Amino acid sequence: MSWWGLPPMGGYDFYVWASYALVLAAMAGEVVFLLWRTRSSR
Amino acid sequence: MSARRINWFTYASPGQAYRLAGRLVPWCAVPAALLLVLGLYLGLFVAPTDFQQGDAYRVLFVHVPAAWMGMLLYVVLAVYAAVGWIFNARVSSMMASSLSITGAMFTSLALVTGSLWGRPTWGTWWVWDARTTSTLILLFLYVGFISLQSAIDDRRRADRAGTLIALVGVVNVPIIYFSVQWWNTLHQGATIRLTDEASIAGSMLAPLLIMIAACWLYSIAVVLVRLRRLIREREPVGALTVGAR
Repeated sequence: MSWWGLPPMGGYDFYVWASYALVLAAMAGEVVFLLWRTRSSR
Repeated sequence: MSARRINWFTYASPGQAYRLAGRLVPWCAVPAALLLVLGLYLGLFVAPTDFQQGDAYRVLFVHVPAAWMGMLLYVVLAVYAAVGWIFNARVSSMMASSLSITGAMFTSLALVTGSLWGRPTWGTWWVWDARTTSTLILLFLYVGFISLQSAIDDRRRADRAGTLIALVGVVNVPIIYFSVQWWNTLHQGATIRLTDEASIAGSMLAPLLIMIAACWLYSIAVVLVRLRRLIREREPVGALTVGAR
């Protein structure tokens, strides 16, 4: 199933990729933010 | 059995907790990263397509761990907040503050990924279903806890106010968990049960359990890093060296 005309990526639709991308981005973002705060608080 | 007993009160000392957290972080962060890669690979490329939901069900491999962590971290937060309040233990209160950000993040992710799963499966982004509504209330509780702690300058008062919201809000967690049994909801029932066999094929269960383990370890690692930062910010420099061996 495509979303707003976007072609499915790698056989999966937008919903699957968006979910994984969102979760990984949030986790990576938290780690980067924590490391940045840790360095700046030293 | 070893006669050596651990004195847990030792870790109520900010200095000891700081060092213990520092030692535990790599032991959680490295396995978390490895399990995350393995779980993503199995979930996206190895687990078979579901005969009813197609590939949309793969959202479950990130949605379920996020939802579990959101609930679990709130219970742990409430326990630490209560211990901090009862025993006047600063490290416990700092631990509760550290847990709140990661818990709020996972609850938000559970809601958004649930919405991304609901659109192709239910045909709608959102329903005021018992499970989704109680999870939204959990997010509000996290936001309330974080906001309350940020709004009060006096740390002791902020911790006490946070404890109140944490203890009142913890009632919501069993409501979320049992909502699919207590009410006739659109949300599907529990896939993994403690007392019964899982209603999911082994090839789908494996990536799900691996992703749950990865999220567990990830949460412990980031919470401990945040705890170390909070200890460094709030405690005098001398406190970090007390009890050092």
